[in-house]
Amino acid sequence: MLRIPCPFCGPRDESEFAYGGEAHIARPENSWTLSDGDWADYVFMRTNPKGRHAERWRHSHGCGRWFNALRDTATHEIVATYRIGEPTPTGRR
Amino acid sequence: MQKYSIFSLIRNAIDYHTGWERAWRSPQPQPEYDVVIVGGGGHGLAAAYYLAKEHGITRVAVLERGWIGGGNTGRNTTIIRANYLQDESTALYGHALKLWDGLSQELNYNVMYSRRGVLTLAHTEHELKEFSRRHHANRLNGVALEFLTPAQCQAFCPILNISPASRYPVLGGSLQREAGTARHDAVAWGYARAADARGVDIVQNCEVTGFRIANGRIEGVETSLGYIRARKVACVAAGHSSVLAAMAGLRLPIESHPLQALVSEPVKPVLHTVTMSNAVHVYVSQSDKGELVVGAGIDAFNSYAQRGALRIIEEQAAALVELYPIFSRLRMMRSWAGIVDICPDASPLITKTPVGGLYFNCGWGTGGFKATPGSGHVFAHTIAEDEPHPIAAPFRLDRFASGALIDENLAAAVAH
Ligand SMILES: Cc1cc2nc3c(=O)[nH]c(=O)nc-3n(C[C@H](O)[C@H](O)[C@H](O)COP(=O)(O)OP(=O)(O)OC[C@H]3O[C@@H](n4cnc5c(N)ncnc54)[C@H](O)[C@@H]3O)c2cc1C
Ligand SMILES: [Zn+2]
Repeated sequence: MLRIPCPFCGPRDESEFAYGGEAHIARPENSWTLSDGDWADYVFMRTNPKGRHAERWRHSHGCGRWFNALRDTATHEIVATYRIGEPTPTGRR
Repeated sequence: MQKYSIFSLIRNAIDYHTGWERAWRSPQPQPEYDVVIVGGGGHGLAAAYYLAKEHGITRVAVLERGWIGGGNTGRNTTIIRANYLQDESTALYGHALKLWDGLSQELNYNVMYSRRGVLTLAHTEHELKEFSRRHHANRLNGVALEFLTPAQCQAFCPILNISPASRYPVLGGSLQREAGTARHDAVAWGYARAADARGVDIVQNCEVTGFRIANGRIEGVETSLGYIRARKVACVAAGHSSVLAAMAGLRLPIESHPLQALVSEPVKPVLHTVTMSNAVHVYVSQSDKGELVVGAGIDAFNSYAQRGALRIIEEQAAALVELYPIFSRLRMMRSWAGIVDICPDASPLITKTPVGGLYFNCGWGTGGFKATPGSGHVFAHTIAEDEPHPIAAPFRLDRFASGALIDENLAAAVAH
């Protein structure tokens, strides 16, 4: 079981949270000019790294707010959590 | 290959079983192969076997970073069924089901395929309606399913709790009689032994760490045992598929999640079939050793760690006791997780890639064991001919761009 530090409430058990998958996937601009391949990349393709993963969580049984976490998928270590709109602690947008 | 039979057993008993050969050689890799298969799970080993047997391609190596069958093949709960919803899936899983029949004879290795039936339970009106939709779809494809009333469910599986007083009473069941289970390790070992006998090199403790690609074509693989040239490379790495794809500069629609299972202490035969319940959320069968084999759904987050949260196990145990009050005093012995490769439409990828000579077989998620023989068979064709086998054709990667998804999220709702 993970212990996740909600940026608004502090550390709580994983069972209070809902998972939202990969973070920082921006909807492409100029979508009317997008090729089918680029659409597929946006909608379906995922980075799915073995190692540090920027991902969305929602504190659904707490404050109810979305935030991002940087978590290692090989060790489950939560490197950092941060608010939506903030850059990842690694500097990624 | 030393044939296994009652006579070889007797012959070897006479000299105290000192005369058995090892089941497969364990060679050092050669500098070059026609086909390198990355991943020594059931699917990779089966593909190697059918490459040699059906296509005469025997300069083949299976490279496995750990030990063969140590991935999801040796971690799964071995349910075999073919009652999927879409035509493409019925063709694929039905093809596998045909090959399971007679597989022990073909491989000269007992994979303990047991047609004990799979009974899926409905606890809501919606599920009952979904059953009739699936039953009609399956009947059109020649798959025999039977609808059982709660009383018939209990007659088929007497220890099942169908009391209307339970929190989610059983409202009906969908029975596929020709479905069942097989022994997972034996599937890996049987294919390995039979492939080895046809000249395939099975190389364990050999991790693929990169690809050499030139002019859009694969040239070989970097491994922990050095560089190996290859005319074709086929990746069958389940939960690690995205990692391999990234080495080739490709992206897949896959996310890796832990899927947990657990077994109880062994008891006398008490459950002769497999039952699954989506709503109460557990499935269970009894192994030939007497252990109950219990599973349910994935942990929600991405992971490569082969472990999940205890609360998932607690939920499965609670669901088990709800359906089978008789199991409430049973002790659980072990739990574990495998890393499953989840595709958005809950259907696999059996596909060529934009890199010439590079193929992927993955995305089987929570339910690929049942497909092992069929998957290996059609994938071998895809590799050998550089053209998808007709049954494999709909499962290609570009379905995510064309939109021709094969949505099995309904039929695959419980992990199995
Ligand atoms: C708990 C659990 C229960 C399940 N229950 C069922 C069920 O009841 N019925 C069903 O049909 N399916 C079930 N499944 C799913 C099923 O186990 C898988 O879909 C299937 O076994 C996948 O087989 P595979 O050969 O593709 O993968 P695996 O057996 O995982 O083999 C892949 C291999 O690739 C190797 N590998 C990875 N990266 C590299 C590399 N870089 N170099 C070399 N080798 C590498 C791995 O070590 C691994 O051995 C379950 C899975 C789990 C985890
Ligand atoms: Zn919070």
